[in-house]
Amino acid sequence: MINGIIEWLSDGEHWSGPDGITARLLEHLQYSFSALAVVLLIGIPIGLYIGHTGKGSVAIAGSANALRALPTFGLLLYLVIGYGDKLPTDWIYLGPSLFVLVVLGVPAVLSNTYAGVQNVDPAARDAAKGMGMTGMQVLLRVELPNALPLILSGVRSAMLQIIATATVVAYVTLGGLGRFIIDGLSQQDYFQMAGGAILVAVLAVALDLAFAVIQRYVVSRGITGRYAAPAANADVVAAESKASV
Amino acid sequence: MIKFESVVKKYPDGTVAVNGLDLVAPSGKITVFVGPSGCGKTTSLRMINRMIEPTSGTIWLDDQDTGKVSESTLRRGIGYVIQHAGLFPHRTIVDNIATVPLLLGWDKKKARARSLELMERVGLDPNFARRYPAQLSGGQQQRVGVARALAADPPVMLMDEPFSAVDPVVRGELQDEFLRLQSELGKTIIFVTHDIDEAVKLGDQVAVLKVGGTLAQLASPAELLTDPVDDFVAGFVGRDRGYRALGFESGTLDAASEQTVKFGDDSATVLRAGRDGWALAVDEARRPLGWVRSAAVPSGKQVGPELLHRGGTLASVSGSLRAALDAALSSPSGRGVLIDENGALVGTVTAAEVVQRIESHLHARRDQHDEGAVSGG
Ligand SMILES: Nc1ncnc2c1ncn2[C@@H]1O[C@H](COP(=O)(O)OP(=O)(O)OP(=O)(O)O)[C@@H](O)[C@H]1O
Ligand SMILES: [Mg+2]
Repeated sequence: MINGIIEWLSDGEHWSGPDGITARLLEHLQYSFSALAVVLLIGIPIGLYIGHTGKGSVAIAGSANALRALPTFGLLLYLVIGYGDKLPTDWIYLGPSLFVLVVLGVPAVLSNTYAGVQNVDPAARDAAKGMGMTGMQVLLRVELPNALPLILSGVRSAMLQIIATATVVAYVTLGGLGRFIIDGLSQQDYFQMAGGAILVAVLAVALDLAFAVIQRYVVSRGITGRYAAPAANADVVAAESKASV
Repeated sequence: MIKFESVVKKYPDGTVAVNGLDLVAPSGKITVFVGPSGCGKTTSLRMINRMIEPTSGTIWLDDQDTGKVSESTLRRGIGYVIQHAGLFPHRTIVDNIATVPLLLGWDKKKARARSLELMERVGLDPNFARRYPAQLSGGQQQRVGVARALAADPPVMLMDEPFSAVDPVVRGELQDEFLRLQSELGKTIIFVTHDIDEAVKLGDQVAVLKVGGTLAQLASPAELLTDPVDDFVAGFVGRDRGYRALGFESGTLDAASEQTVKFGDDSATVLRAGRDGWALAVDEARRPLGWVRSAAVPSGKQVGPELLHRGGTLASVSGSLRAALDAALSSPSGRGVLIDENGALVGTVTAAEVVQRIESHLHARRDQHDEGAVSGG
């Protein structure tokens, strides 16, 4: 079994061509990241707004949970059958596919963004306002950077869910790594099917690692607790203060 | 100058937090708002920088009606220090302090230089500049909070229980340093506390507020302690207010000169110098080190640190009668040690001598009262 899968994966022919692994991988990434981009465009601004103003938090918490409960696959079939013919040809399958992936990803990003902003130390927020920051400055300079760890973990889990679930779009004739799973199943080529599943898993893990690295660099060390060595600090400051005099 | 004119704050739920407050906080002075929990101290303070909008009445900043300036402009000109410092966790200490200068559009270099200067001012090690708030103790964070409020050199500072979240020793240090800083800077300060001792120690004038948001008394600390206007204020300022009021009485004491000993003196010298069995040891600069029991130096042995009794407090010769009395009461020899501004010995006083001085002060005050009553009636 294992040997069969390895053989399937290591066969150079399986990697090339318009239905090869490379092409499918790129399709998969394309679907996933398009959906994720829309998720961020929806989830982050709304989450920030609700967290900052406190308005609509109850409504949002309820609808985020309702969205979570929607079965992705069922929704996809329903949309393709019910609404596909109302869309332009190129979008008959793509539209509903992206839509369900977005629905899947939004709750995690939205609720983490909102919770991240809500959890910012009230004293820090009060001080920021009291020093004369405008509402927007408080949001961008204080709330957002402090909410970042939670926001990013929301993005991360949305990304993983989308990558894993983007396999379903193959059911509605689209590409992506899901093709190998579905085609493998129908052709009873279990090596291909398992190979496809493994590729999805590896992709998810690789992106997760990449994300962890990004997270390290964008979140302030004051929040993560990974402080620089004190000796180096002193030198930097001494140099800076000399420079500034 | 900050002036409250019939200021009322009624919260939407009907709570009247401040009820017709009229008060002037003079420029360059510390005005303390003190009172029990819920009496409207924080509400009053936060109405000055419009973190809370008054329901009615006017608050003037010099001749500017604060209700007629934009909130951001108003706040950038007022230093604001709160209980838990409220530092920004994601910014280093220098950047925290530079917040307002950067908001005001200073260039980065100038703002940084100003931060470092302020760190020194408030007694922070410059090595902390690159640290984050979570790497500092509560007391250090509070200093950063003060430095941050001072960064753009605002003429007015609002401070809401800035020292209440630290332990008593650190609080004392912060208070002393705050007073030293204020003597250099001369800001117009409103300081909120629920601790009457802190109010009396820091305030040039103290406003005692009552629950319901009314002003019970506005007076100097000494007046508050010696002449509380009603039972509420008397109860609030506390039982030993008579003794604490001595903290504001100073009077020249006739210090008796004291024969001193130094380390290395032998038992014979100590016996000769001692009075009533005790001799005072001093260093080369005549700074008092402690008392030596004359009989405790074995013959042939010399005075050393292990023979010192250090229980006595020191009082400044130009300081308060309270400090002098405390020095006398805490001294093992019964003689309170008075020092000059360099810390060098001036002489000693006994508790009886201090009390005598206090009595004569009281007589003088009673006479004044009587005259006041006569001319008033
Ligand atoms: N946002 C609010 N809504 C309703 N009532 C409030 C609000 N803020 C404060 N109050 C009430 O107003 C009164 C005064 O509150 P304030 O915070 O000014 O008191 P304080 O003197 O600062 O007390 P403490 O010493 O406990 O800090 C209290 O009765 C409080 O419950
Ligand atoms: Mg308060």
